[in-house]
Amino acid sequence: MASIEITNARKSYGAVDVLHGIDLDIQDGEFIVLVGPSGCGKSTLLRMIAGLEEITSGDIAIGGNVVNDLDPKDRDIAMVFQSYALYPHMTVAQNMGYALTLRKTAREKVSAAIDNVAGILGLNALLQRRPKALSGGQRQRVAMGRAIVRQPQAFLFDEPLSNLDARLREQMRTEIRKLHRRLGATSVYVTHDQIEAMTMADRIVAMYDGIVQQVGTPLEIYDRPANIFVASFIGSPAMNFLSGTCQITAQGCALILDDGTSIPFLAPPNVSNGQKLTLGARPEHIDIVGNGSAPSVPATVDLIEPMGLSTLVHVTLAGKPVKIFTLARPDLAIDSTIEIAFNMDKTHIFDSETELRLPRANEPFAAETA
Amino acid sequence: MDGNKPVTNMTDVGKRPAARRGVFSRRLSGILEPYYYVSPAVVLIVAVMLMPLILGLSYAFRDIRILNPFSGGFVGLAHFQALAHDSAFLGALINTAWWTFGSLAFQFSLGLVLALLLNRQFLGRRLIQALVFLPWAVPTFLSGLNWAWMFNPVVGPLPHWLTSLGLMDTPFNILSDPDLAMWGPIIANIWFGIPFFAITLLAALQSIPGELYEAASIDGATTRQKFISITIPFLAPTIAITLMLRTIWIANFADLIVVMTKGGPADSTQIVASYIFTQAFRRLDFGYASAIAAVLLVLLLAYALGVIALRRAMTHADS
Amino acid sequence: MSTPGKSRLRKTAYWGTHYLMIAAFVAFALFPLYWLLKVSVTPNDILYTEGVRMWPSRTTWDNYTFVLTQSHFPHYFMNSVIVSGFTALFTCIIAAVTGYAFSRFRFNGKIVIVALMLITQMFPLVMLIAPIFRILAPLGLTDSLTGLIIVYTAFNVPFATFLMQSFFDGIPKDLEEAAMIDGNTRFEAFRRIILPLTLPGIAATLGFVFTAAWSELLFALMLVSSESASTFPVGLLSFVSKFGVDFGQMMAAGVLALIPACAFFLLIQRYLVQGLTAGAVKG
Repeated sequence: MASIEITNARKSYGAVDVLHGIDLDIQDGEFIVLVGPSGCGKSTLLRMIAGLEEITSGDIAIGGNVVNDLDPKDRDIAMVFQSYALYPHMTVAQNMGYALTLRKTAREKVSAAIDNVAGILGLNALLQRRPKALSGGQRQRVAMGRAIVRQPQAFLFDEPLSNLDARLREQMRTEIRKLHRRLGATSVYVTHDQIEAMTMADRIVAMYDGIVQQVGTPLEIYDRPANIFVASFIGSPAMNFLSGTCQITAQGCALILDDGTSIPFLAPPNVSNGQKLTLGARPEHIDIVGNGSAPSVPATVDLIEPMGLSTLVHVTLAGKPVKIFTLARPDLAIDSTIEIAFNMDKTHIFDSETELRLPRANEPFAAETA
Repeated sequence: MDGNKPVTNMTDVGKRPAARRGVFSRRLSGILEPYYYVSPAVVLIVAVMLMPLILGLSYAFRDIRILNPFSGGFVGLAHFQALAHDSAFLGALINTAWWTFGSLAFQFSLGLVLALLLNRQFLGRRLIQALVFLPWAVPTFLSGLNWAWMFNPVVGPLPHWLTSLGLMDTPFNILSDPDLAMWGPIIANIWFGIPFFAITLLAALQSIPGELYEAASIDGATTRQKFISITIPFLAPTIAITLMLRTIWIANFADLIVVMTKGGPADSTQIVASYIFTQAFRRLDFGYASAIAAVLLVLLLAYALGVIALRRAMTHADS
Repeated sequence: MSTPGKSRLRKTAYWGTHYLMIAAFVAFALFPLYWLLKVSVTPNDILYTEGVRMWPSRTTWDNYTFVLTQSHFPHYFMNSVIVSGFTALFTCIIAAVTGYAFSRFRFNGKIVIVALMLITQMFPLVMLIAPIFRILAPLGLTDSLTGLIIVYTAFNVPFATFLMQSFFDGIPKDLEEAAMIDGNTRFEAFRRIILPLTLPGIAATLGFVFTAAWSELLFALMLVSSESASTFPVGLLSFVSKFGVDFGQMMAAGVLALIPACAFFLLIQRYLVQGLTAGAVKG
């Protein structure tokens, strides 16, 4: 197992820059998830680590050695592809043993390794089958097995679960995490699914537009997103955003929305009167309150989505859609007007211009913004 | 710990000098790799096709007659000037168009029908497919000889059949009638060329996703509507490219004519390609033959570029 | 709404027409071959008197025994097998690596090479005979099977390359990337992972090239002068000049010559459609 250090790595195709200088240190044994919308450069970064894409400039080191100019075969990494990329003309056993065979490992050792990994993944009965005769979930397992058998320096995963149905995906998510705990292998996992990122990562790397937006543990990213992109991308149902103008009065700060609605908030340092701000509140941080309790704002009920454990209430506030998450089962009429209150300790304030979050002074582990 | 650091800064961390060796050689081998793959083909094509072509084009400006030891001199554009007044060449140009489009129209339409027939599941389909594709494997000159034989009223059944059908008054050989002779090689060419279109079009048909037809059926499309709105648009790219390549190929394809009619009677089946053959190997005038070939090459290039430009204009108009 | 009876009637009518048309195609494809066979087994003395009969009153194998025992035909036949076989083999190897490069790499000059290959498809090949002779003669490659193999390979490489490229286009890039991560160089990945997957495509290409080389007459005629290096199409022509025009023997030789080409073709024709389909899916 090894650490991976990425220093100012850039990638461009001709005049088009895809990655604008990525810095990332991945600890030995860490499970890192690169997450972002399609086209953000996460897959390109993964393929650069694998050696499938040239690095335009910068360095990538695996286990302390710069590997920029090594072929994929000399990097001692394993990769699980979205399409699984199983060799159709080989059996499951041959697929899993291919890398070891290429290394001229003794035949008994290869089959012992295959048997061992097949046992871990429950593939023993399938070893003599061809990929064509396997279900999607089984193929996924074989692809995992092929990577594990090699005991590489690092595992790379390129959206490995996106071709599975929801239930299987959930199951494999848990299984990959358990495997990681068992093998302790350095892993880099690319996904566009923020739930996978949240549930699997030791640390999440949120990317957008070829730039790393934020690196942190899932809860750090969830609780203290660096900017509007990260705040909106991570979390489901997504964070609500309301933009307006900052008004500082003797009573405190308030955000004045377009229609004049005033939402009070705890001001971060250095906000000024008249500054354009965006308020971000996660659905679980907005409460439906009874009439009269201050400070609340009126909203119209659009839709109620009961999800069993919880309920999602869609309302309109100052012309903008807002989602509210509640564990209660509120009895609300569609089109009725209700009062909602923002949990001021938990709502975020972003500068509308820079889109960066403005941390409050008393915030624990205050974010180091650049 | 990185914490919440949006990494927009571009700090240039000191590069580790280790493991830098081999950079150049790897980059270079990475750049050179594709050329290793294509070099055998390129060398072969340049040596055996491009160089001879250039040499051949140079003959067009020289007097090269095998039987005349004093030939070999540079004659400039003389061959091309002669060509402009060569009525046999002008006739051959018209015959080439006739031969090419006559063959192509039937090869394509019958090939498409055959492909559509073979695209359905039915009993014995595999065997039938193998049988109807067989003419493709028959050496062309052998099929030329055989068809010439079959058109002969003494030893072939075709004239008698045509008479029975009332298409002929008495059995005679169409290959010796200047008005009809071209049909002989064209029919042989149709026989030989149907499988090519059937194979390519069948492959294209089989790559159309079945869901499309199912979706269209649910939308209430009739068989004919499905053919027009799904089959034809999906086949269009294959049709366009194969028609273009085949046009050029058939225009250059003289074997059947040389074997069946030798261009006769009275030059009525002489196409440009067979005329080149006649000039080069009957009259042994390689200079003149090369000049004709150069003109044919230019015409075919112009045709191909025209078709490509037309296609591009049409696809642009679509989008 | 149509009643079930009506739709069954329509179905019967459809399949009736379908089989009728299929039968017409089969008849059109096979009748000339049947006639070839008929002429080859007709005794010489009734060749003309019974010329238009569907089957002669007497048949004979004399033409075949003569061709096989008294003529050079077996020798021509072997030459053709050698030339076509090696042409098909070399063409496939060269077309496979070139087609792979076209499918997987972006490189400077690619468009020039593609254009060059397309243009070669437009050459009036007749024009190339004399120049090729002049280039090959000093190398001692005229009047030799090697020379023919080289020329045929060059002629067939462009089309075969485009064919192979379409097969490679149908195979996901992930596969060789997985192999490269597993420890292969790119070329090893191509050879051990990608090539085995294109076997139907390779079979189709082999078939195309083999039949093309098998029936080529013009260059075989012009580049080869000695009997020892003649392929069977040339031999068939020499039949004409040597024994007058003995059609019975010539047709017998023709039937024999058809056998390998047809056998080969029947073996691979399934892959032809299959291979082209696989290529078309992504291409």
